[in-house]
Amino acid sequence: MSTNGDGGFSSDEMMAVEAARRLANGTVCFVGIGLPSLAANLARLTHAPECVLVYESGTIGAKPTRLPLSIGDGDLADTADAVVSVPEMFAYWLQGNRIDVGFLGAAQIDRHGNLNSTVIGDYDHPKVRLPGGGGAPEIATGVRDVFVMLRQTPRAFVEHLDFTTSVGDRVRVVVTDLGILEPRDGELTLVAVHPGVEVDAARSATGWELRVADDVRVTEPPSEIELSALRELEARAHA
Amino acid sequence: MIVPLHDAISDLVRDGDTVALEGFTHLIPHAAGHEIARQGKHDLTLVRMTPDVVYDQLIGVGCAQKLVFSWGGNPGVGSLHRLRDAVEHGWPLQLAIEEHSHAGMAAAYAAGASNLPFGLLRGYSGDLPTHTRVETVTCPFTGEELSAVPSLRPDVGIIHAQQADRQGNVQLWGILGVQKETVLAASRAIVTVEEIVDELVPRPGAIVLPRWVLDAVSLAPGGAHPSYAHDYYERDNDFYVAWDEISRDRDRFRAWMKRHVFDTADVTEYHASLASEVTAA
Repeated sequence: MSTNGDGGFSSDEMMAVEAARRLANGTVCFVGIGLPSLAANLARLTHAPECVLVYESGTIGAKPTRLPLSIGDGDLADTADAVVSVPEMFAYWLQGNRIDVGFLGAAQIDRHGNLNSTVIGDYDHPKVRLPGGGGAPEIATGVRDVFVMLRQTPRAFVEHLDFTTSVGDRVRVVVTDLGILEPRDGELTLVAVHPGVEVDAARSATGWELRVADDVRVTEPPSEIELSALRELEARAHA
Repeated sequence: MIVPLHDAISDLVRDGDTVALEGFTHLIPHAAGHEIARQGKHDLTLVRMTPDVVYDQLIGVGCAQKLVFSWGGNPGVGSLHRLRDAVEHGWPLQLAIEEHSHAGMAAAYAAGASNLPFGLLRGYSGDLPTHTRVETVTCPFTGEELSAVPSLRPDVGIIHAQQADRQGNVQLWGILGVQKETVLAASRAIVTVEEIVDELVPRPGAIVLPRWVLDAVSLAPGGAHPSYAHDYYERDNDFYVAWDEISRDRDRFRAWMKRHVFDTADVTEYHASLASEVTAA
């Protein structure tokens, strides 16, 4: 993992920290593998010890001791408050409005927060067949707030999606490696850049004419506490 | 009732069948998948929420003509290269796909188990409804529009579990996915197990499937590998990472399948074959 020189932290770490900060104590969040899992576990180990982690495999209130590679690792079941079946997870818990925050990633995003994780090119004759939506279509409409985590490049931040896997109505924040976007009047707007990142860098990494807030700020760099908790988590994942 | 896996697959899985091998990350019935491959079953419609390595293998050796699924990746790793090769290039065969969301597929299995024609949910935002079998129905009481997904009624449902008793009753615990629904939605059901015990001791959160809803129970210790069996062995995360390389290349994939699946007789030989590769390396 590369570090960004002067800051002494990587862009992945900055993303995880910024997402974690947005999870209030007690938030019930639907977590996917990778950066969202890192962010939610970081929140749980720092400022939000009662953050409830829900993995779509049916584990509710999981408190993993190491970062899982899959959403169904045994550690999640061992540490969960409850383990439920997949039909129950989606019907009673997600559709039942029990989840506050859902994390989503994607291959493409548009200015309205609509996401594509299905296909690049034509659906019936794809250039690249991606894994598909999984839980995303219903997470996007079943949780109160959707948090998107995605690296900002012109290939990912596109004017037109090749396919709409999930709709952006409930996207409240997009955390990228360059900064933070939030919807303003229905359009994702750059509201912050990470330390050392120029607004123009975010503009040129966006495939549409990026709207920039008048009061664009610089995100707080990761604190010592955040970084050490994060690195301890990562070390355990790779042990 | 308790029969060798070879016989269960040969008696109950027929060419052209719709077959669901379920297990959501946990208890994936790999040994049964390998036996389907060994017996050269073909023209199957494979149903599974997360096709995973088990269907990557079956698709790559040409067992499938159609896939019904909701997330087709290698969990935590990336793409399923054999699935992609089939969808993008028709190798080794053209593969039709019917794609759903997880919530939709879970509802479709539950509807199948409930003997209902369709599952009902608030779902399918986005473009998928224009490419798959989903329709809108109106609630007769409130007028709300909801998504209807046709129920899943596989010819054969196959799952893996921790234990069976000598009569063929089955108990499984840990992450339970859609296994109960799969068995109860299917016309014929096969369960492979880690162990056959004298008596099933109730476990917290476990489900029990009585023998009379099953057609065959087969002993297959280690039969979930590289997936895992809670309280028996852990997920082989390294294998999932290694599969990315093995499956990327057609020849390497074929060589791997020949060595570890086609040239082995059963799950015990499969594990011995994998172990010999590690020792040799």
